Amino acid sequence: MAGNTEPLPPRAKLAVTAGKAAAAVSRAAGRGSGSVIGGKVALRLDPDLLAKLAQNLDVVLVSATNGKTTTTRLIAEALRAAGPVVSNALGANMPAGITAALAGSGDARYGVIEVDEKYLAAVARDVTPKAIALLNLSRDQLDRAAETRMLAEHWREGLSGSKAVIVANADDPLVVWAASSSPNVVWVAAGQEWKDDAWSCPACGGVMQRPGDDWFCGECGFRRPTPSWALSGDHVLDPHGSAWPIRLQLPGRANKANATTSAAVAAAFGVPPQAALERMYSVTAVAGRYDVVSFQGREIRLLLAKNPAGWLETFSLIDGPPAPVILAVNARGADGTDTSWLWDVDYSRLAGHPICVIGDRKLDLAVRLEVAGVDFQVCENAAEAVRQCPPGRIEAIANYTAFQDLRRVVGN
Amino acid sequence: MSESGLRVVWVYPDLLSTYGDQGNVLVVERRARQRRLGVQRIDVRSDQPIPTSGDIYLVGGGEDRPQRLAAERLRRDGGLNRAVDNGAIVFSVCAGYQILGHEFVNDLGQREPGLGLLDVTSTRGEGERCVGDVLADMDERLGLPQLTGFENHQGVTHLGPTARPLARVRLGRGNGTGDGTEGAWNDTVFGTYMHGPVLARNPQIADLLLKLALDVNALPPADDRWYEALRAERIAAATQPA
Repeated sequence: MAGNTEPLPPRAKLAVTAGKAAAAVSRAAGRGSGSVIGGKVALRLDPDLLAKLAQNLDVVLVSATNGKTTTTRLIAEALRAAGPVVSNALGANMPAGITAALAGSGDARYGVIEVDEKYLAAVARDVTPKAIALLNLSRDQLDRAAETRMLAEHWREGLSGSKAVIVANADDPLVVWAASSSPNVVWVAAGQEWKDDAWSCPACGGVMQRPGDDWFCGECGFRRPTPSWALSGDHVLDPHGSAWPIRLQLPGRANKANATTSAAVAAAFGVPPQAALERMYSVTAVAGRYDVVSFQGREIRLLLAKNPAGWLETFSLIDGPPAPVILAVNARGADGTDTSWLWDVDYSRLAGHPICVIGDRKLDLAVRLEVAGVDFQVCENAAEAVRQCPPGRIEAIANYTAFQDLRRVVGN
Repeated sequence: MSESGLRVVWVYPDLLSTYGDQGNVLVVERRARQRRLGVQRIDVRSDQPIPTSGDIYLVGGGEDRPQRLAAERLRRDGGLNRAVDNGAIVFSVCAGYQILGHEFVNDLGQREPGLGLLDVTSTRGEGERCVGDVLADMDERLGLPQLTGFENHQGVTHLGPTARPLARVRLGRGNGTGDGTEGAWNDTVFGTYMHGPVLARNPQIADLLLKLALDVNALPPADDRWYEALRAERIAAATQPA
């Protein structure tokens, strides 16, 4: 529980120094922040470095298909009420990126760490977390990722011996399946709009019944656990039945859900809901997401949506028609190279909005929107798309590399 | 065709709708409506009986365990086989394609019986997964332009004497047998490994299904501008890799 007082052994110190040197070289070469390459160099010199860096921290891990970067940020803000925090705030969420973030931990007492879904079990073994937050699991980049249910199975096996408090979404059957092998779970009714990856019981394969907000398998009895925390409209309900208003600057139901989970995690670290939530209100944007940028006389809100579940939550938070919408989709390595998932997104929800499509795969979007029966314009680039929109607020929704491209163009 | 129009059945969206293949249903529906044809889309979950009076049945791709569950439930139900006996058209993709054959290898590594609607048998490949854009020449008997799609599978599918290859690959792996074949078809049942979804990339195949179901030789023209633009881009991308 104490601060980071125990000195690192010499080999670990050497590894940290070498990692920082590699990061500096990478930065100088113009290859981004250099944190990942620094972490890789450091881990090669000392494979146990991550465990050593974490040993004096109270660690919480955050994993999910969607919302992990934002939730990591909200938890980090909340825990700052109790002491200094180190976090991989920019979303470098594999072991090298996590190692690099922790190497700069200084006098931090808490480590709030976002972890890629595939690495959760391994990182949880290395850093012995005090808590693990599991938000949701759904289809994502299926041309390069493991099957969604297999990920849940992998989590389940990896977490079964963990002593951590698992803070898990009771409304996602795959997350419940993953978490329920653990002895110590705090269930949060955080909701989940996307349901199409959990119609089949993760335990027995039976067809899931989903009346209202409830769910259960008609065959084996696997069912929604009773939550102790819940998101209810604009309030967090805590285990004592108290309702705490959520006044985030971040938009949307999904972020209220993220705040609810974050409040439950903060409570596990002794930070009461009110103090935790108030600290979350300072967050306006997370690694550029939700930022509103002035460009060519318009206010562009930048929204990241990488997969069908993410697009569904994003549609529910944008301004209604006639707010113009720019859609940007790429299919580079980091996005997944198959665009078939666009057809699992219900674009008819955008009817009535003026729509401009851009990005490497704008023609896939054009066919998708044509079949959805909504009007759209195909534009060459972001600047042209913005010019097509009337002055005022524009909602720009982009997948991963398209989002980075957009940020560069609009100067974010 | 019933009085309410074409009945398009989307088979087991709870198990076999993981790779965007429901786009095939959306494209068939859209292209029928553009021709002022009535269409009724019927989604059948795996705890419901498969109706036997549909005109077109679409079956999509899914993950390994759902594929086994779907095969078990479709065999037990028997409705899809009866529909084919009644003359229905079936178009299937990836895991769905394997299920329509005689057998495939399931998630437990065991041989799982299929529905025997296509004269094909599938095994699991030893090598790397086939992932990427595909370009292929359609069977000349179908008289259709080149096939473009995206494959993502580990299957190897061998054709028996009563199935014809749907296409011959120029780029990509297709059936994974090394003989250049991709997919299979007989008079009324079609199978392919192509996602994309394949009917969005190849609307002429959607039109073929409509023509077979309506028993007509031609359909009124539809606005293919965006489909053609997408096809040109994907074919160029497949033949001139960056």
